[in-house]
Amino acid sequence: MYIIPAVILLIVMGIALCRAFMGPTLYDRILAVNTFGTKTVLFIAVIDFLSGRQAFLDIAIVYALINFISVIGILRFFEYSSKTALAEED
Amino acid sequence: MELLLDIVSWILLISGSFFTLTGALGLFRFPDFFTRTHAAGVTDTAGAGLILTGLMLQAGWGLVLAKLLLILLFSLLASTTACHAMAKAALKSGLKPQTVNDNSNSEEETSSKP
Amino acid sequence: MKHVLALSVLLSAFWLINSGHYTSLLLFFMVVSVLFVAVLCHRMDVVDGESQPLELTFTIPVYWLWLIKEVTVANIAVARCVWKGADSISPSVIKVKANQKTDLGIVIYANSITLTPGTVSIDLEDNEITVHALTRETAKDLLTGEMDRRVCKVEP
Repeated sequence: MYIIPAVILLIVMGIALCRAFMGPTLYDRILAVNTFGTKTVLFIAVIDFLSGRQAFLDIAIVYALINFISVIGILRFFEYSSKTALAEED
Repeated sequence: MELLLDIVSWILLISGSFFTLTGALGLFRFPDFFTRTHAAGVTDTAGAGLILTGLMLQAGWGLVLAKLLLILLFSLLASTTACHAMAKAALKSGLKPQTVNDNSNSEEETSSKP
Repeated sequence: MKHVLALSVLLSAFWLINSGHYTSLLLFFMVVSVLFVAVLCHRMDVVDGESQPLELTFTIPVYWLWLIKEVTVANIAVARCVWKGADSISPSVIKVKANQKTDLGIVIYANSITLTPGTVSIDLEDNEITVHALTRETAKDLLTGEMDRRVCKVEP
């Protein structure tokens, strides 16, 4: 019963990656990468139940923490160079 | 009892997958960045909440349940903060939201970028 | 002092949940690291009513229940907009006033707005929150001020 959510989450991660490659602005890309990260956390949790070993949940917690911090870090980085980043996208 | 739990958690998992797919579709169908954040919000609240609740029903009492609860709480807090941070950074960098009602005086507000 | 104590209890619970091994050596490590972090936070002066809002313990669960209901309703509305396509949305930028007295209350309000799909708070100056709303209905719901009132009731 965990197969269907796992497959759908994989599809969603693929869609988010497509948006990250296509995204017209820098912020669309960051948003897509953030979505990709949160779906990865869910995917790890589902895989954990699928394999029946329940040893991956710690990895999911750590991934959630790293994902949040990396998004904030990227935003802080582009906060000071956003003008050039947007100009480049246009 | 066991069967009932299985059925409820199955329904939760499927509806969570549906909402996640809906949000991902929204990433493509909505026209600009600010509307896409709403779609990402759907995947983060409804998708994550329903899927993790469905898993919690299967976990039984124990550490696994506590860890799933921890992931849920953290993902809700982190997704709102990240969403707000992205929207604010986009606004500050001069990205203007598309609006339909031009009578709101938001246009002048957003154009006064630093 | 009670805030430092609350932080220690919270950190210990976090360790116990994530560890899963309850031998005396690991429990000793837990005590040492929790004490270390608590002393560090105390010296950094970050442990106060804002990082450990003890006053909210009994008032906030009721608000959470109401928020879960709101989030569910909003999720269904936004999902319907996604399936109907881009014609069904009418994005707008509105400003709402936050009537909370403390910074903590304003942050709870702004975070609740962002948590509800269909409204994202994009800026916060003093007492005014700039909100991006997906449709006219979500903007109207927010302007009724129901959520503002409830957050006002929650804060100490």
